[in-house]
Amino acid sequence: MTVLEKSAEPMEPERADAPRPTTPRRRRAPYLLTTGLVVALLLLIPVAGGLGAYPIPTGDVISSVAHRIGLGGAELERVPESVLWNVRFPRIVLALLIGASLGCAGALMQGIFGNPLAEPSVIGVSLGAAVGAVAAIAFGLTFLGNWTVSVFAFVAGLITVFVVYGMSRSGGRTEVVTLILTGIAVNAFAGATIGLFIFLAEDTAAVNQITFWQLGSLAQSTWPKVLAVLPCALLGLAIAPFYARKLDLLALGERPARHLGVDVERLRVVLILVVALLTAAAVSVSGVIGFIGLVIPHLLRMAAGPGHRFLIPGSALGGAVVLLAADLAARTIVEPAELPLGVLTALIGSPFFFWLLRRTRRKQGGWA
Amino acid sequence: MKTGLRDVLTGWRFGAAGPTPPPPSAPGDVLAEAEGLRVRLGSREVLRGVDVVARAGEVLALVGPNGAGKSTLLGALAADLPADGGVVRVHGRPVDEWSAPELALRRAVLPQSTALSFPFTVEEVVRMGRAPWARQPGAYEAEDPGDTDDAAVAEAMAVTEVTGFAARPFSALSGGERARVALARVLAQRAPLLMLDEPTAALDLRHQELVLRVCRERARAGDAVVVVLHDLGLAAAYADRVAILRDGLIAADGPPAEVFEGGLLSEVYRQPVEVFPHPRTGDVLITPKRG
Repeated sequence: MTVLEKSAEPMEPERADAPRPTTPRRRRAPYLLTTGLVVALLLLIPVAGGLGAYPIPTGDVISSVAHRIGLGGAELERVPESVLWNVRFPRIVLALLIGASLGCAGALMQGIFGNPLAEPSVIGVSLGAAVGAVAAIAFGLTFLGNWTVSVFAFVAGLITVFVVYGMSRSGGRTEVVTLILTGIAVNAFAGATIGLFIFLAEDTAAVNQITFWQLGSLAQSTWPKVLAVLPCALLGLAIAPFYARKLDLLALGERPARHLGVDVERLRVVLILVVALLTAAAVSVSGVIGFIGLVIPHLLRMAAGPGHRFLIPGSALGGAVVLLAADLAARTIVEPAELPLGVLTALIGSPFFFWLLRRTRRKQGGWA
Repeated sequence: MKTGLRDVLTGWRFGAAGPTPPPPSAPGDVLAEAEGLRVRLGSREVLRGVDVVARAGEVLALVGPNGAGKSTLLGALAADLPADGGVVRVHGRPVDEWSAPELALRRAVLPQSTALSFPFTVEEVVRMGRAPWARQPGAYEAEDPGDTDDAAVAEAMAVTEVTGFAARPFSALSGGERARVALARVLAQRAPLLMLDEPTAALDLRHQELVLRVCRERARAGDAVVVVLHDLGLAAAYADRVAILRDGLIAADGPPAEVFEGGLLSEVYRQPVEVFPHPRTGDVLITPKRG
């Protein structure tokens, strides 16, 4: 009755399709990039430790580190040793933690929204988290000790991600325009709230602290500040890679991901929590540092493909390297003054964002 | 480390073993069924009491005019849409009692349109179809050496004739090529129940035939195939059973030779239709009456 039952012979194959493996370039790229970034990191850390208003030769930096971890070397004199361990290294560690958090949060957010333009500062999550941090500073709240600012930033960031996620999605997809406009609205509201808190702040010292903090800077880094950021950052960075495969599947859309066995609701809630953790870690000490989470994952995707198993840890590593380099530049370019780090990243990042926006628009043939 | 940190964090095995794959089914087993199914989308009741059965070893075609509820029925069978009345069972169990990973081992779904947020290559997309099997204990030591991830991916790509552009990014393909890659992904999942929503819509003549031949082969191998079709000729040639939907109800259900009848089709489609045997082969041919 049916065709097959009658004519068992199959049609000629279209052409002799020799199976072609995925290009070797793309297979190798993750390893090359990882190696390159690790080498860059190992070179940058001693250099960043040495450069500054009080120069310390790179050899001395390495020697001091070797001494502290018990691998020979020698302790430096009192002043350079103190500069290195109480000023430079907390700052380097903070730059690495914050850069890694921002890179990773960007990669995750783009995965959740299925949109390469999603980024904590673009869609307003950074400034949302900043509202919490500013509230803690402005009203002199310290009831959670060292972690007060981080916890406030986390809670405010969490609320913001849920709001943005809820408002910018319709029918399981996020359109670029909706996302960006939502970001504008959220940023405006968060900015106004921060302004209000500054207005209500109890003393001028707090106002000064907030103003400087808002520019995004790693100056005045101390070990207690590192400790304040550490739990959020490490927890977020540790959980994120386990969701890489599921984020790959989510690229097909929500329903197809569910057809392939992904519990989409659960995935979404966990990853929003992780993004809030990472953003809070990044924002609570240094203010809003934009575009790291946009630029790094995008460049890595162009070089190594969109698979999240490399993209998530790779973006964390890349973010750490780039933010450390940016901070080094920010504090050495205009010596003895210091450029605010957030200003520097925005100067470089926003043209990149603009280019990305144009490209996305061209691909879609307009915003409809 | 049987239940590692990864399992706890990702919730794959929170206290329980991974999802159990379904037992092999015998031809004629009911793999999916709807009973008195009602589905409401917004204020409109799209399905108003539908009974339909998909059996192992059989291709079931869902046909009917636009808006009759074909895709909605498929969506409800696939557990995408909740039933507002009646019940949907997959492998004998109400569909909402299965977890997502369990369902993924039991049924594969080809959606009407395929989108991809990031530029994965064709091979990577097809490999995504293997995700449900990633945590099966026997995944890498299967008794049949052909039953590995690589073999499943290679076979699915060969069958759908997409092997030639395995390394190209999905976003660089034409509509018809994308549709075949999406089908390859669904085939690579190797689920015993296949649900395809208009798999032939974007395809040329050759690939329309190819896709339905694949459906037939899967059915012969013991799978159940449910396929939404617009082309009645294809349905007549390849389906074992056809369910004609009209206004959210089943108007006819049976072998194509029985249900494809001029009067009924003309009435359902509100367009005069002629059904006649092919002069040489005797196949059922269906054309609208023109002029």
